[in-house]
Formats: sequence, C-alpha cells, structure tokens
Amino acid sequence: MPRILTGNRLETGDVLWWNGADWSTRIKDAVAIGDEGAALLVTLIAAERINDPVLIDVTGEPGAYVPTTTRERVRASGPSVRADLARGSLSVEAI
Amino acid sequence: MYKYDQYDQAIVDARVREFKDQVGRRLRNEITEDQFKPLRLMNGLYLQLHAYMLRVAIPYGTLSGTQMRMLAHIARKYDRDYGHFTTRQNIQYNWIKLEQFSDLLDDLSKVEMHAFQTSGNCIRNISSDQFAGAAADEVADPRPYAELLRQWSTLHPEFSFLPRKFKIAVIASDTDRAAIQLHDIGLQLYRNAAGDLGFRVFVGGGMGRTPIIGKIIREWIPVSQFLSYSEAILRVYNRYGRRDNIYKARIKILVTELGIDAFRDQVEAEWALLEPLGLDAPQAEYDRIIAQFAEPDYDLSAPDTLDLSDPDFKLWVDQNVHVHKQPGYAIATISLKPKAGIPGDASSAQMDVIADLAEKYAHDEIRVTHSQNLVLAHVRKADLYAVWQALDAVDLATPNLDLVTDIIVCPGMDYCTLANARSIPIAQKIAAKFENDVAEQRDLGELKIKISGCINGCGHHHAGHIGILGVDKKGEEAYQLLLGGSGAEDASLAKILGPGFDENGIIAAVDKLIAFYKTARAAPEERFLDTYRRLGAAPFKEAVYG
Repeated sequence: MPRILTGNRLETGDVLWWNGADWSTRIKDAVAIGDEGAALLVTLIAAERINDPVLIDVTGEPGAYVPTTTRERVRASGPSVRADLARGSLSVEAI
Repeated sequence: MYKYDQYDQAIVDARVREFKDQVGRRLRNEITEDQFKPLRLMNGLYLQLHAYMLRVAIPYGTLSGTQMRMLAHIARKYDRDYGHFTTRQNIQYNWIKLEQFSDLLDDLSKVEMHAFQTSGNCIRNISSDQFAGAAADEVADPRPYAELLRQWSTLHPEFSFLPRKFKIAVIASDTDRAAIQLHDIGLQLYRNAAGDLGFRVFVGGGMGRTPIIGKIIREWIPVSQFLSYSEAILRVYNRYGRRDNIYKARIKILVTELGIDAFRDQVEAEWALLEPLGLDAPQAEYDRIIAQFAEPDYDLSAPDTLDLSDPDFKLWVDQNVHVHKQPGYAIATISLKPKAGIPGDASSAQMDVIADLAEKYAHDEIRVTHSQNLVLAHVRKADLYAVWQALDAVDLATPNLDLVTDIIVCPGMDYCTLANARSIPIAQKIAAKFENDVAEQRDLGELKIKISGCINGCGHHHAGHIGILGVDKKGEEAYQLLLGGSGAEDASLAKILGPGFDENGIIAAVDKLIAFYKTARAAPEERFLDTYRRLGAAPFKEAVYG
C-alpha cells in the first residue's frame, strides 16, 4: 500500500503533503514515499518547521491518492460540513 | 458585569507578554515543538485537524457587547469569519495562524479577555447559570461567587499542574441549568433557615470516559468560607489524585476509590488547617465584586404585557423566552441551532448583531449557555418584538429551545484531532427530519439529544435524554446509542441501549425511538426522559432492535 507524508506548517497550521521536493496544500500533489521515508521524517523533525509529520497509508494512483482512514480523508478535504471551506483536491464525498 | 481592576489587567498583560515571547521563540526555532506544545496548550492554543484552534475563555458565560464585537472582529481578521460556542460557555476558533497570534492576543486583552486556563491540567473556566441575575427562581446572583473563584483560580501557583483538568460550576436555584452534578466541584447557592447564604457542595462528578454523578461533600458552607473549602478540596485532590494513568486522574476517580466519606474526612482535616490562615476573601472584597453585579437600572414603568398577534413571534416567545424576576422584563434565548446549521456556530455578522442588540435592548449583557446557545438576560417585554425581528433577519430566531433540534454537539472529527467520528453531520441529519415542522417538535416536548465524537464527551452524550457517541470501528465511523441521561437537577447518566450503528443506522434508530415514544408516553406532557424512566430500557430496545 502506498504511503504519503503529511504534516502541518508551523507558522499557519496549514495541512500539507510532501510533493517530492517541497510541501503542497493539495493532496493531489502528494508523492508516494518509499524507503527514504524514515530518513526524511528524521530530517523534518529535526528542522522543527513542520508539526506532527507522519507517513499515512493511501489507496489509488499518483495524483489521486485517498487516505485509508476517515480522519486523514477529513484532513485532506476540509470539514465535511463546510463545503465553502473545502480544500478542493479531495471531495467531501470521498470521506 | 465585572470590570477588571488594575491587578486583573496586569495579570493578563503580563501573561500576554510572556506568551508572545514564547511564540516568537518558537517561530525563530529557539525552542522545539515539544517544548512549545505545553506552553501553547496552557494558553488555549491547540493544533487540530485543519489548523490551530484557539479557545477563548468567557468567564461564567457572561460577556458585554464590546466583548462580543471583539469576538466578531477576531473571527473576521484572524479566522474564517465564524466562531463556535462550546459546552463550557467558551468560544473556539478553528483556523488560527501562529504567526498572527501575538496580534490576536493584544486585541483580546483590550476587552479584558484571554485564553489561558482553557486547556491544561488546571482549573478551567468557571461556568454558571445562563439566567444568573435574571431568573425568578434564584436566591441571589451566583456570578459574584464564580468571579471570586475565577480570581482565586487564575494562575493559582499550587493548582497549575493538577493531576488532570478541573471544572467548577456555580448555580443559585433549585433548577440546575449548569449541570453542576457533572462537574469536579458543583456549588449550589441557597439560604438556610436563618436566611444566610451558603453553598451545597458537590464533588467528583464528571462525564468523559468514566461518567459519575457528583456526591454531596458538604450540605452547607457559608459563602464567607467557600474559597478556603474549595482550596481544601483541591489540595486533597492535588496530593492524592493519580498521576500515573491519565484515564484515572480526575477527582471523580479519587472520590470513588476512597469513598465520599473518607474523602470528606480528608478535606475536613485539610480545611481545619487552612481555614484559620485567612485565605477567604475579606467582606470588602465580596462587597466590591457583588456591587459590580448589581441589578441593571430597570425601567420600573415597563409594561408587563406582550402583543402576541404575530404568530411567528408568539411561537418564539412561547419556546425561547423565559420569565424574568423583574416585571416588565423577559429572558430571551438566541438559538444557535438554525435549520441546516452547525450547532454553536455564529458568523461575525451575527455576533455583531447580537452585540448591537445587547447594547440597545439588554443592558449590555450576553450569556453563553452550556447548550451552545446565547441569551439576552434583561430585555423589556416592550422591546422583545424588535429584538425578535432583528434576530430573525440574521437567522437567529429559531424557536427550538430544548426541543429535538436543539442538539448539543462537539466539533467531532470534522475538526477535532481526538475524535473518532463526525458528530455535526449526525446532528444535522436528525434535525433535518424535524426542523420544518415546529408543531411536531413542540408536540414531542423537551427532548435533549447530545452527541460526542469521542469518549471524552465534550458533547455531553452521557447527559442526553438521547445520547450518541462516535466510536472507531475498524477504521470506520460508528455510533453508540445511549438513553436516559440528564444534566439537570434530576441528574442521571445515559446508558448504552444496544449494539452500535453506522451513520444511516443511528439516524434510523433515533427515528424509531421517537416514534415509539409518541405511542408510549402516558400523556402528551410526559417528556421522553420520563417515559424512559417509567418504562425502562426494554421497550425502547425492542423498538430499535426488534
């Protein structure tokens, strides 16, 4: 099962996903993380700029990854009860 | 309303300076997140699913128009144009940015508000009766005593690192509108046979993982000594409360494990040492604070009649307006449970309207209720129609107080990192079945549905006539159904009825419960809760599970 890297930006609290080179606010930019994930996490934690960085399980294909847990799907879509605040790259229906 | 003196403001200003420095050091990477997290939590700042969440304290749920307008400003400037009023009579913002937080704190402090002690293992915001000072059934305004508790507990050096969080509620009537028996300490003000004011003291109540109804530790403590007695309770708890297991750390566990008599003996022994030390406030301080909660300058010529010829207005008055102790006045509850709305949410524009109405018609006071509604406590009956029209114009005049659509709901997994399931959509789906038929809602009568997205119970599911608890079932959202709870003076704990449900299943189960209740009630005025208490769980279980 693919895994992607997510966390929250220190300054803003924004939900972020690792796109292979930088952080994106859209889950559809996320890339699957392979064996380099553990080392990447160590680096990110040490840098102290991203809060709660963690690898999460997803299903689907690149560009359309869907987290396996409801919690992470809500993080990716935005609150399911506020369509106006949706993030846009994962639909509320996917929750 | 209480106005800060120089000491109150100095405390807030110093704390704001301190936390601004801590925020700056974190942003400059001079401290780690592990070091910063406990500091931000002690200042009400959480990191939730989507962003930082800030919980602002509203002492005993009372605020002025100016303060409400500032809450609107914060929603507009620092958040996404809305706030969420909580079951602890506070307000939460869901989209706060750390980099703007210093400015936000400055703005809050300008109106005598802050966010500290809204998290952490300390004495949290003191809660009280939303009708305080206006209720016809109270013996005195309980808020001066809540204010004394606020001052005593603010940055109390001995009680800043308790085994676990600590919640206190104060009321002054036999009708309990603040759920005092479900608090760590519940204080009920009353007069003894001699006419003196004192408190009946409950201890060890609470909801969450281990719900327990508080027990009376003292039938009577004079108001002049209640602070030192509270200190004695906290000291015993701080000394013996468990710190090895977060799930067993609340005072309710200590009281249960020791037994109320043994716990009382320890508190009395502690108090015998403390009381002579003069910890209680001097009479002059009582007088100073009580004077700030003096009755408003009532219009003694205000007519005590209402023109109810507008049927929609009459409906709102019948459901949302309560008797005031002063003839010619009324207490108006503003429902934050509109059709298709999110319980407890208010936009900045709505907050501004409420602030305006409070200043123009309600002696500049607003109350937040633990049921996530707002109250204008002192409105001339002659002004009620204008108030209702203004509320109706901004979708704040839903006539559903204490009815099936007036649902208490925690933010759930739509926002909260602790939640196991979403709770707001469940409330919306239940409400949707009734919200277009007020007559049906009124026919069902008082029916309190309370929904929590996890076992921590911020949605008070254990105190619901119908309680719903969101749980995780192998990675999927699931919901337990509980019946028979009450947070009022007839306090009881809801019990699980049977196996849980998925989202559609829990909605259908509530439908079945309500349909059965309509056929089973002994009389139209028998509440759902009373039918349940009369018949027991079995027929309700049969109705739901077959």
